[in-house]
Amino acid sequence: MQDLGASINMIFVTAKAWFLSLLGLFLPDWVIVLASIVVSGVVILCLGPVIMMYLTLLERKLIGRIQNRYGPNRVGIWGLLQPIADGIKMFTKEDIIPANADKIVHLLAPIVTVVPALMIFVVVPFGTQMTAVNLNIGLLYFIAVSSITILPIFMGSWASRNKYSLLGGMRTAAQMISYEIPMTLAVVPAIMMSQSLSTNTIVLSQAGSHGLNWFIFTPWGIVGFIVFFLCATAECNRPPFDLPEAESELVAGFHTEYSGMKFALFYMAEYMNAFTLCALAATLFLGGWQGPFLPSWVWFFGKTFILICVMIWFRGTFPRFRVDHLMAFAWKFLLPLTLINILITALCYFASPLVGWLLSLGILAVSFSILVKLNRTFVPEKRDYLFAD
Amino acid sequence: MNFIPLSHILIFSLLLFAIGIYGTLVRRNIIGILISIELMINAANINLIAFSKYTSLAPETGQVFALFVIALEATAAAVGLAIVLALYRVRKTILTDEVHLLKW
Amino acid sequence: MEILSFLAKFGIYAVMLAILIFALGVVTLRNLFHCALCLAAALIGTAGIYVALQADYLAAVQILLYVGGVITLVIFAIMLTEHLAGKTVRQNNSQSPLAIVGSLGFIILIGTLIVKTPWPVNPVALKAKASVLELGQALMGTYVFPFEIISIVLIAALIGTVVIAKKDPQ
Repeated sequence: MQDLGASINMIFVTAKAWFLSLLGLFLPDWVIVLASIVVSGVVILCLGPVIMMYLTLLERKLIGRIQNRYGPNRVGIWGLLQPIADGIKMFTKEDIIPANADKIVHLLAPIVTVVPALMIFVVVPFGTQMTAVNLNIGLLYFIAVSSITILPIFMGSWASRNKYSLLGGMRTAAQMISYEIPMTLAVVPAIMMSQSLSTNTIVLSQAGSHGLNWFIFTPWGIVGFIVFFLCATAECNRPPFDLPEAESELVAGFHTEYSGMKFALFYMAEYMNAFTLCALAATLFLGGWQGPFLPSWVWFFGKTFILICVMIWFRGTFPRFRVDHLMAFAWKFLLPLTLINILITALCYFASPLVGWLLSLGILAVSFSILVKLNRTFVPEKRDYLFAD
Repeated sequence: MNFIPLSHILIFSLLLFAIGIYGTLVRRNIIGILISIELMINAANINLIAFSKYTSLAPETGQVFALFVIALEATAAAVGLAIVLALYRVRKTILTDEVHLLKW
Repeated sequence: MEILSFLAKFGIYAVMLAILIFALGVVTLRNLFHCALCLAAALIGTAGIYVALQADYLAAVQILLYVGGVITLVIFAIMLTEHLAGKTVRQNNSQSPLAIVGSLGFIILIGTLIVKTPWPVNPVALKAKASVLELGQALMGTYVFPFEIISIVLIAALIGTVVIAKKDPQ
């Protein structure tokens, strides 16, 4: 029974090793090295879009249920073939380019958006020994690659030669830059406590005592997780941070002038970003692929799935942020909170558990209340209407 | 392992530096000049890393040095671009040919 | 396995050539936005060269700070100071011929120096690889003084940039 569980756990790793040994029968050594890279790449390239397709279906059905209606359920049972219908629609739509647009940059913007979104899949630990490339700077690679995604937004908005696109693009870029800093700093406590930048090592350092060692069950972990999750929602331009795509305000922001396959690429990049950021939140704070009884990859996908459902829940529940509230939230609230979080992580590392917990909870309570008081919005005084009843 | 000869990397960074010098001397737009200065600083960084890899006693020296250079260079770019914005607000132009009066 | 090392070397030379082509694009293109994009491509290529020289931490930091920070700053400045449907003005001033001669002379002079010098390549250094742990210890140990000074410089630059670029309250 144990043996069966262990072999189901490693089923993908053994499948790849079997395939490579099959190739090794009649091909020289250097081709095997290249083939292993190609196999990992092909798996990621197939996994990404399939995940994105069914994520769109999940979102539409969940939003439908929150809004007291069914989601799409005509195409196939429970609407399961809906993403394929969407894909056919996107492929066959006419590709409209504005006459005055900058053609090369207009073409490159969707491509430069999708490539970093796919590159992040490489460091996500899907299960035991199932990271595609076990980089020893894995987390820094993720942060660096996700900071490239700001550039194609500028490219898309500038190349469209449209004032609304330009406004939307600058707002989007400002939002993404502002929320990148608290996201990076919220991850630092996890790095400090596990002494490594590699995602696999961070998962392994949360092992033991039946899941009570997960980073989320510590004071710095819960703050770090909440801040990281909020910044991840902002980085994917998802509601309530979706001012750049606000339909009622800016038509569609920086991807107004895109149609057909290019729009499909932007859409795909947004959902793949959402998936990888939820996956990394699960890895860093929720213990990654660890859990009893079930295989490790089932636990990983389960935790990521729950976090994605929470993101979709946010969409159906909260109204949109105003742009000055958005920026104030990032710079004046989340950034000082993450800096204090790093301080209390160091406290918890060096002091004994009881003293560390009490001191850190105290410092957190004091600083949270101070930040809330400092960020109070301006409420004008009540007016006195003389002639109204 | 597979390391290319040191002189090849040095000649590559020399070419990058020379392209940066040409850009700094020739561009009319102030932001163009700032961009060419970025190229020069990058060429110097490549030199630092190459020497640290091939000839140094401690392998982290070049990386730390290059890290400081990147931080200072980002600072310089930020302050330079702030000056460009202030200039644009007053003179409505950023071409160096047209900003040639000390006081009008 | 020599084929793999040959492919790796071929890849490094190809990346170097691509960086030089993008750098030529930076200094000669007429549209300033295209120049900034070519610079971003050249900087990403430089990060590839750092990976080839086994400085992987610095490659990630280069992409994070340069492409995520400096290029964003440059593009914001371009967007705030250029017209949207800008007519492409002449981008090079009249010093072009002299500058070309000067650059070529510089290349020839220093190129001969580089080729003729016997560089003291250290085989021990070729095998050594700095992990992030050693980098952190060096940064906080041997090089802590420049580290603190740079943090002060960064704060001063931050405040200075905000003050210079602020609108006058009139």
